[in-house]
Parts: sequence; structure tokens; C-alpha cells
Amino acid sequence: MVFAELLGRLNASALHHGGVEMVGIASMGLAGLAAFGYLTYKRRWKWLYREWLTSVDPKKIGVMYIVVAALMGLRGVTDAAMLRAQQATSVGASHGFLSSDHFQQIFSAHGTIMIFFLAMGLMFGLINLIVPLQIGARDVAFPFLNATSFWLFTAGMMLLNTSLAIGDFSAAGWLAYPPLSELAYSPGVGVDYWIWALQIAGIGSLLAGINFLVTILRLRRPGMSLMKMPLFCWSVLGTMTLVIFAFPILTVTLTLLALDRTLGMHFFTSGAGGNPMMYVNLIWAWGHPEVYILILPAFGVFSEVVSTFSQKKLFGYKSMVWAIWAIVLLSFLVWLHHFFTMGAGADVNAFFGVMTMVIAVPTGVKVFNWLFTMYRGRIRFTTPMMWFLGFVVTFTVGGMAGVLMAVPPADFQLHNSLFLVAHFHTMIIGGVVFGYFAGLVYWFPKIFGFKLNERLGTYAFWCWLVGFLTAFVPLYILGLMGATRRLDHYDASMGWQGLFIVAGVGVAIILAGIGFQVLQIIVSIRQRHKNMDTSGDPWNGRTLEWATSSPAAPYNFATMPAVTTRDAFWTIKHDKNPPKPHYTDIEMPSNTAVPIFIAAFAFLTGFSIVWHIYWLALVGLLSFVTLIIVRTTSDGNEYVIPAAQVREIEESRGRS
Amino acid sequence: MSNMTHEDTGRGTILSYSLGFLTSVELTLGAYLLVAHHAFSSGRLIFAIIGLAIAQLLVQLVFFLHLGRESKPRWNLVVFSFALTVVLILVIGSLWIMNHLDYSHMTPAQTDTSIIKDEGINP
Amino acid sequence: MSQTEAIEKDSTSIFGFWVYLMTDVVLFASLFATFAVLRNNTYGGPPGRELFSLPYVLTETLLLLTSSFTCGLAMLAARRGDKRTVLVLFGITFLLGVAFLGMELTEFHHLAAEGNSWRRSGFLSSFFTLVGTHGLHITVGLLWMGVMMVRIVRAGLGRATLRRLTMLSLFWHFLDIIWIFIFTIVYLLGAT
Repeated sequence: MVFAELLGRLNASALHHGGVEMVGIASMGLAGLAAFGYLTYKRRWKWLYREWLTSVDPKKIGVMYIVVAALMGLRGVTDAAMLRAQQATSVGASHGFLSSDHFQQIFSAHGTIMIFFLAMGLMFGLINLIVPLQIGARDVAFPFLNATSFWLFTAGMMLLNTSLAIGDFSAAGWLAYPPLSELAYSPGVGVDYWIWALQIAGIGSLLAGINFLVTILRLRRPGMSLMKMPLFCWSVLGTMTLVIFAFPILTVTLTLLALDRTLGMHFFTSGAGGNPMMYVNLIWAWGHPEVYILILPAFGVFSEVVSTFSQKKLFGYKSMVWAIWAIVLLSFLVWLHHFFTMGAGADVNAFFGVMTMVIAVPTGVKVFNWLFTMYRGRIRFTTPMMWFLGFVVTFTVGGMAGVLMAVPPADFQLHNSLFLVAHFHTMIIGGVVFGYFAGLVYWFPKIFGFKLNERLGTYAFWCWLVGFLTAFVPLYILGLMGATRRLDHYDASMGWQGLFIVAGVGVAIILAGIGFQVLQIIVSIRQRHKNMDTSGDPWNGRTLEWATSSPAAPYNFATMPAVTTRDAFWTIKHDKNPPKPHYTDIEMPSNTAVPIFIAAFAFLTGFSIVWHIYWLALVGLLSFVTLIIVRTTSDGNEYVIPAAQVREIEESRGRS
Repeated sequence: MSNMTHEDTGRGTILSYSLGFLTSVELTLGAYLLVAHHAFSSGRLIFAIIGLAIAQLLVQLVFFLHLGRESKPRWNLVVFSFALTVVLILVIGSLWIMNHLDYSHMTPAQTDTSIIKDEGINP
Repeated sequence: MSQTEAIEKDSTSIFGFWVYLMTDVVLFASLFATFAVLRNNTYGGPPGRELFSLPYVLTETLLLLTSSFTCGLAMLAARRGDKRTVLVLFGITFLLGVAFLGMELTEFHHLAAEGNSWRRSGFLSSFFTLVGTHGLHITVGLLWMGVMMVRIVRAGLGRATLRRLTMLSLFWHFLDIIWIFIFTIVYLLGAT
């Protein structure tokens, strides 16, 4: 039938799913329906569209990034729970409740979601919310591009979630190594979904990298030289440098794999002159900088948090900056440690082994500087500070596990074992996640105008810390005992089940922690009038974001702050003769729905290529290009807030 | 300072563009002729034409892209230097790694050829 | 917005475009690295030396190089506000670019028709992808040039147009620089 041909390889069998998947689809479907229903019932669609979806305000975009990231995090942690449950029960005669193929899709989805959508989402969320404020700017350099980055991120997320209901996801792991990810061994749509979801989200990230690099270099207040900039902004500058130079490698590698799969090329195939090892080489040339992209902003958060809650300026500012740039440079020189065992030989392995050990040094410098900041400080054990202390304990130990594996002979034993899995989860949970949680609690009052409930925050922290240790210490032990990663079944004689069960209990404790976090948000919203931040400076902070109201006005600062020192706000706060405010008209970029459409066309193109509906892919691509041309040749996308209105806003918030 | 008060890439004159153009043409023809006439041995030839390419890169960077001619802070130059560093690491690193990997992954037949050719041993 | 603010904003936009070009440098570097690694993976097929015609490629190179020159001259005219000269020079640049692209597509067609397509081997896959990606960028540049020329005819050489022309010219010069390396590494080195 002609109609069927128009749909490429899409047909009804794409909707056939097993029982477990159906539960997942149903729950996500119900959640979506509930959200839709709520918005309709409360008649908030117009508000949502006007205030949030079409906004180009980084403070709004930041919140949206975090919401998407959190939702994807819930999906990722559900995947984790399923994996743990399977591994705790699939021993000997029992094969658990997941088929092998489904298990493989779940661990592939888990890794992909957590890295690309939870971690990157939280990261870009915090960067959007805080960087313009900290450098004393009104906005980012390219507001429209910023919105486009967010919507491309969301389109990638949508494509990945679509694979749950229509077709299958990749079963080739979060990095899809060939030959497994090539057509010969993965003929279905899964790997294609993986490729295009990441390609689209990756372009969003690359554009955001350009945006924030330019923002930090060019939009700082005139008095804020680079060496007076807050450490969070320095860490973001380093991170954006990594983004702009690493993500093009990902773009190319994904494209080459797509060309192999779609146009019959032979980059990484097992025959015809392909070289699968080149994929591993390229993907990790991106992949290693990627993990530093994730951790550097978290380090930046800690610099702010430790200083504020020790009530002391950060120790060793210069060495902190030096350490960031050492990490940035070195992270391009270690990537082979991810494939020591692929056979490059002793001299290559030795070089990369040494570089990997060296990169631990600047990180150590940072940890010591935070501890020295605390020394003789007047420490307040607020939730953000607790997350930092949890980080110090876990990240340091996990980092040492990494330095152990940096020794190639040791890595030959531990590569792809659960020891490795425990190591990188320690880095990502103990480092990235704890760091971004600290940032979210720390900056929550600035974003929403009221503090989060401290008690529930503390309960959440302890559940996470204990849960994490309970879930992953067994994995370190299992790895040393010889257990490899991604096992969906093992012999009873291995004697591993006990440890897997303990790990399963650990995940349950983490889930309790997440429960406390959700409860914390609900309770805090209910109690918000008790915890209002009326001064804009709830923690007695040192940096410029605390100079604005909470939440900040759309234009951030009515009168641009005068910066003369490091910890600019501290100086302003203690200035005996503050300057009188003066109000002028402020030009702001207008809301626009165009980024949503650009992303929608990107989604359409990706979906069509996955299902080989090439005519539709062409339509999507042409629409995408046309829209970009139309937008980039249009002018006059600003509006003005008159000075009188600015005065009104400022005075009504009790701040003149 | 983060401010610039005039466009930093609007440089050049007819003279500088013409100079850049003519030099580039010469460098292109030079490399072409070296290869067409196989002027040197393989090893030297490779060096020579890569050298000519790098020379033309510099000519075009300066005369067409005005690199390094901007007012301070020279962020264009800084970002370019970073990019160049990453490019060198990526290309040289990949070649080094892949060369070693391919060496370790030869089939028995390839190993025989390699032993005879590269190591001068006759099994 | 004051004059100074407007100039600064343009300067920021142009710097942002430069940063994007630097990401494109790394993108091409990845493609070059792949080509270099797969250069001998002909899977029994003919090597580059037998497939490429050096005089043909030299012609392409000189076409593109000349277009880079005329683009530079066009920018000088644009800063002078000389609308007619700008249109003539960009027109020549455009035609030279189209000629380049035409020659490249002919070469591709020729190779594919002889059975040496991108599906033949790792070497050919990387050849077509590296050179083809450059060609795709050229196509985007030509499209952009067309749009700009229409805009200049309709709305003259305003500040926004000048900013966009600056970015276009950076893009076009950058593509010629990438071509130097394609010419050298793919074609010349392939022939030695």
C-alpha cells in the first residue's frame, strides 16, 4: 500500500511492548495527562505559554532546564531501581523479571538519561539562573540562541522518551560501541533513536557553550576583571571551553555512525575497511572532557557554598583558577584511560596513565582550598554545607579508586568490572549530583523568593549519603571479586547475591531520599510565607546575585552595580556611602515561540530519519533551515521597560 | 576590560588582500608543482607540502581573517590558540593511538607482511 | 540604544560567530583525523592517487581562493557603503563558489558512477564525508550569500547587514582555509 510506504519502516509492531514497558508507558502517560488536566482545569495555558514557554529570560529558561532534568532524573532512577532489582534476584535458576534485551535497553537508557538529560540539564539550569546575575549583567549574550538551546535539549529528550512507546531504545550501552551498534548487529530503531536524540541535544549544548563563553568574556560589569569574578563563573568559563571544543567531536562521531547505518558507509563496520576502534577513540575524546564538563560547575558551586557558610572569603582564589585551567587542559590529554585494554600497547598506555594521575592533582588542590576555607571559619551546617561535606568524603575515596585504575596493569583487572561502575557513580553522584543539589538548595531562595525547609533537606541528604554508600560500596567489593558490569544473570556459586541485595537496599534508601526532596518542595511551597526571603540576601552572601531581589526582576539590576573588588557584593553591602539609585529605560528581548518550532522541526527530522521516512525528514530539515533563515534576517525583537515602571517595581519590593 | 569600542575584524586594505591572495596562489602552485614533478623523496615531499600548507594557513589567517590584529583583549587569538591545541592533540593523538592499536590487532597474514617489511626479518 | 552600545553589541555578535567557527575547526579536525586513520583502508579498491586528478583539483582550489579574495574586496566596498560594488563582487564570489561546487559534484558523480562510492570502503566513506561536509558548508555559504544580496538590494547596507556580511565573510574565508588542508592532505598527500 502506498500509505504504508510513506511511513518508512514504521508500522503497528512498533507499538507492541512487554508488560514492564507498558507499566512505564502508562505511568508516564498518566503523569502527562495529569499535568495537562491540571493546566486546563486551572486555565493556565496562556500563562504557561506567555510566562515560561516563549520566554527568553535565562532565569525562566534555567527553571525549565531543571524541571526537565528532574523529570528525566526520576525516569533514570526508576531504571536504576529496576536494574538493581534484577541483579539482586536473577541468580541461578531464577532469571529475574527482565528479559536480557529489556535489561540491556534499560541500562543503555539509564546511562544516556542520567548524563545527557539529568546532569547536563541541572548544569545548564544553574548556569542560566546564576551566571548573568553573578557577573552583573542583564542577560546572556544571545537570548534567542539560549532559548533555542533549551528547546533543542527538550526535543532530544522527547525523542528519547518516544522510543519507550514507539519502537525500542538502543541496547548497546550509553555509548553505543560498534560493531554492536552497527546495522548488522542492531538492525532495529533503538540505536538510531539514541543517535538522533543525542545529536539534537548535543547541538543545543554546543550553542549554549558558545553563548555562555561569550557572555562571561564580554558582558561582565566594567569593574569586574576576570580575577575579580566569582569562582562559579570561572568554573563555568572552563566548562564552556570544554563544551565548545569537545562537543563537535561528538557531533562528528554520531554522524559517522549514522552514515554507516543509514547510507551504508564503512567508518566503523567490521568489514570493508571500517575500524570500530576509531569509534571508541573518538567517542572518548569527547567523553572524557564531558565528565569534566559535568563536574567543574559543581566544583564552582562548592566554592560559593563553602565560602558563604564558613563566613569567610575563599582560600586560595588564584590557585583555584589555576586548578580549573589545569583540569581543562589535562582533560583533553587523558581519554585513552577509558580503553587501556583495547591494546594500544605499553608506551601509549603509560603516557595516558601518567596524565590521568596528574589530573588528580588540581582536583586535590581544590579540595584542600575548600577545607582551608573552612578552617577558622564560623561554619553554619545548612543543607548546602551538608551536601559539600558528603561530597568531600565520597568524592575523595571514589577519586582514589580512579587513580588506582589509572595504573594500566591494575586497570586490566578492573576494566568493565563493577569496581569501575562504582568509581564513576561515586564521581557522578558524590560529585556532580551532590554539587548540583547543594547549588539548588543554596540558590532556591534567589529563584523562587523563599527558602526550602531545612529539616526535610537534612533528612534527604542523609538518605542520599547512606543510600549511596549502601548501594555502591558492595559494588566496589563485587568488582574486586571479579563481577563484570551489565550482567543480567549470574551463577549462584559466585556468591555475589548477598552484596547485590545490599546494593538493592541502598537504592531503596536513595529513593527515600528523593521522596524527602519531593516532600521538601511541597512543604516549602506550603510554608513559603514563613520562609520568605525579603532582603534578597538570605545567607549573608558575597557575590552579586544576592544584590537583587528574590526573585530577581526580569532586568536583574535596576541600576547596574559598581564593581571594584572580588566578592563584589560584600564590598557593596558594607559600603558606608551607597550610591543613589537612578532609573533609566531598559531594553529587553521579546518573548518568541520560534525556538519551540525550530526544536519541533528538529524532532520531526530525527524521528523521520529513525523510521526511514525520508520525505518527512526532508520536510523537517527544510522547515528547520527556513525558520532559521527567516529569524536571522528579522530585526526589532526587543521591547522597552520605561524608567517609571522600573522605579515602581523596585520600590514595591521594598528596595530602592 | 570586557568592552571593545570598535569592530575588531574590520581591517584590511586592497593592498593587504591582494598580497594575501597572490602569496596564497604562489604557495598553492608551489605545493602542486612539487607533487606533480615529484621533486623530492616521499618523506621530504610530505614535510614540504605540509609546510607550505601551514604557511598558507598563516597568510590567510593574517591577511583574510585579520587574526592578531585586533585590539586587546585579543580573545579571538586566545580562542583560536585553544582550538589549535585541541586539533593537534586530537589529530596527532588519534594517529598515534590508532597506529599502535592497528599494530596490536594485525591478522596472522598481516603480521607476516609487517615482519618482512618493517622489521626486515624473514620468517 | 546608544551608538557605543550598538557597536559593542555587534562586536559581541561577531565574536560569538568567531567562537562558532572555532567549533567548526574542531569538527573538521575530527573528520581529518578519521580520514588520516582510514587513509589506507581501500578494501582492495584503488588508492587516492588513481582516483583523483591533480590539475582538476588545482582548478577547484584556485576558484575557491579567488572567491575568498573577491569576498575580501566586497567587504572593503561594504565598509565604504558602496552598494553596487558590493553586489558585483559578491556576485562574482557567488559564481566562483557555484563553479567550485559544480566541479566537486561532478567529481563525486564520476567516482560513484565508476563504483567508487562512499559505500565501497572506509577510505572512500571518509573521503566523501570530509570533502562532502566542506561542500555542504559551501552550499550553506552560497545560500547565505544569496539571501544577503537580496537584502542589500532591498534594504541597503545598514548596520545589521554590515554585521551579517562580516560574519559571512569570516565563514567564507574559513572555508577556504579548510580547503587548503583538504587539498594538501587528501589530494596532494594522496598522490605522493
